[in-house]
Amino acid sequence: MSLLEIKNLNVRFGDASAVPVVDGLNLSVDKGQVLAIVGESGSGKSVTMMALMGLIDAPGRVNADALTFDGHNMLTLSARQRRQIVGKDMAMVFQDPMTALNPSYTVGFQIEEVLRLHLNMSKKQARQRAIELLETVEIPAAASRMNAYPHQLSGGMSQRVAIAMAIAGEPKLLIADEPTTALDVTIQAQIMDLLLKLQREQNMGLVLITHDLAVVAETAQRVCVMYAGQAVEVGQVPGLFDRPAHPYSEALLAAIPEHSLGAARLSTLPGIVPGRFDRPQGCLLSPRCPYVQDTCRQQRPALEPKAYSQVRCFFPLNQEVA
Amino acid sequence: MNTSNTATEVDQSLLYPSPYKEFWHAFAQNKGAVAGLLFMSLIVFCAIFAPWVAPHNPSEQYRDFLLTPPVWLEGGNWQFLLGTDELGRDLLSRLIEGSRLSLLIGLSSVVISLIPGVILGLFAGFFPRLLGPGIMRLMDIMLALPSLLLAVAIVAILGPGLINTVIAIAVVSLPSYVRLTRAAVMGELSRDYVTAARLAGAGLPRLMFITVLPNCMAPLIVQATLSFSSAILDAAALGFLGLGVQPPTPEWGTMLASARDYIERAWWVVTLPGLTILLSVLAINLMGDGLRDALDPKLKNAA
Repeated sequence: MSLLEIKNLNVRFGDASAVPVVDGLNLSVDKGQVLAIVGESGSGKSVTMMALMGLIDAPGRVNADALTFDGHNMLTLSARQRRQIVGKDMAMVFQDPMTALNPSYTVGFQIEEVLRLHLNMSKKQARQRAIELLETVEIPAAASRMNAYPHQLSGGMSQRVAIAMAIAGEPKLLIADEPTTALDVTIQAQIMDLLLKLQREQNMGLVLITHDLAVVAETAQRVCVMYAGQAVEVGQVPGLFDRPAHPYSEALLAAIPEHSLGAARLSTLPGIVPGRFDRPQGCLLSPRCPYVQDTCRQQRPALEPKAYSQVRCFFPLNQEVA
Repeated sequence: MNTSNTATEVDQSLLYPSPYKEFWHAFAQNKGAVAGLLFMSLIVFCAIFAPWVAPHNPSEQYRDFLLTPPVWLEGGNWQFLLGTDELGRDLLSRLIEGSRLSLLIGLSSVVISLIPGVILGLFAGFFPRLLGPGIMRLMDIMLALPSLLLAVAIVAILGPGLINTVIAIAVVSLPSYVRLTRAAVMGELSRDYVTAARLAGAGLPRLMFITVLPNCMAPLIVQATLSFSSAILDAAALGFLGLGVQPPTPEWGTMLASARDYIERAWWVVTLPGLTILLSVLAINLMGDGLRDALDPKLKNAA
């Protein structure tokens, strides 16, 4: 059984007639596996993870056939039970390290707080362990950084602290929500290396939410491409990069600057993600799809297994079997 | 071994100045604030050591020296540095004794309104649908009444006296704390660290008081100092109207009220308490300004 199993997840903000922000999503992550979720802004990547952790507040509503993590049904847990799992066995790293740490407390205090409350450590043990954790995330002079306030640290350093906090409870699943977006390029590489090193060492499941396809190609085993709340293509990593079956995956890959070397303009997909009031009747990508046909405008495709991956498209690309 | 230890200690203090040091550095930049702090320290000193600092018993009536002018005026007497009032009581002693009351009123009314104000504001911010509208409309109603009128009405219901004055002033200054706290809470709630705390499994009480509240403190501290001064002013106003602290207790506003009949014959009996009120309120406001500059990093380099 996989570590994390999501079946037919729906998240809506408003009553049942509201447009779903996440629409019939299926995902699973195993121990020691890296799953990447990619897609442009507003495609429901972060909301999925919030729903998993039970952080969707009214008017948001979460429905799913199954939402299990490590044998617990996350849908029926009481708030108290969920609080014991979330933050310990399941932890998250955020996009902007400058706001993810509480500005009123020293970083040492914040890490110790997690250790003392989740692992019932004494103050002294917690301090010792917190210093070790800071060393694990490769912060130099860890002991003296314990007394630093978040504003005294750089972005990359703050993100390392945030990672240290996330792995403090030795989680089984780590969710990294665009962990490198707010950092500059050299630091991005360091943080990704660190995350992957920790993932391998502790055999964690890692869900990597990102825009950066280059990162996905290097790190993930499986990738889920999301568009407007739906998974449009789910597949293995090298395969999906070589032979994208969904036109949206193809467009995302074509938009990587390195693929447009020598061209006068970067390749783009015109238009934006459909909003609440302009969702097309047919395939959600149909207004923007370069291969659109009449069927696409009238019916919505389902996510079905095709030659190499699961695809939500009537006319998948690259289907010739070698 | 020892030397290397001290070396790292020194290093550390160079890297991260303590928050208090940083605060004092920013506060000391503002000369007005430092002056206000000095004047307030003087008043606090007088208030604490009033029985030893005051040259006379503030209630003792020197019948032979009614309305003696201050020492630098014609007819002044070295026995009574700032002169005496209509009953021959030493004005300086009464002012010093009065500082006790004024500080007490200021401090207790700030505490009495700050604590419920912060708690109401936190609840209004954390439950924007359930409790927010109710609490905030109630506060709006309180704000819609002129503050002094509301205070007068409360004292009229409860009856004049020291404790009722404090309660009236506390009730009047409650809405500003509630609004300020709610605004700050709503701003903080959307930040990632709050989500991170929820993800780390923080329950509601921890989220409210440990995660969010400390980040809302800067505006609250400033508001507390400013309403400290307005509490002194309100207490004086209530005293002047005869609704505050009752004579013969030497409270600044009450002194002002009982002396207004002598405003043409003996100006000092009216002027000196008034001046004391003015100066202490000014000092507190200057201090509050300095606090704001020092605590709010966004304004640090402005002005």
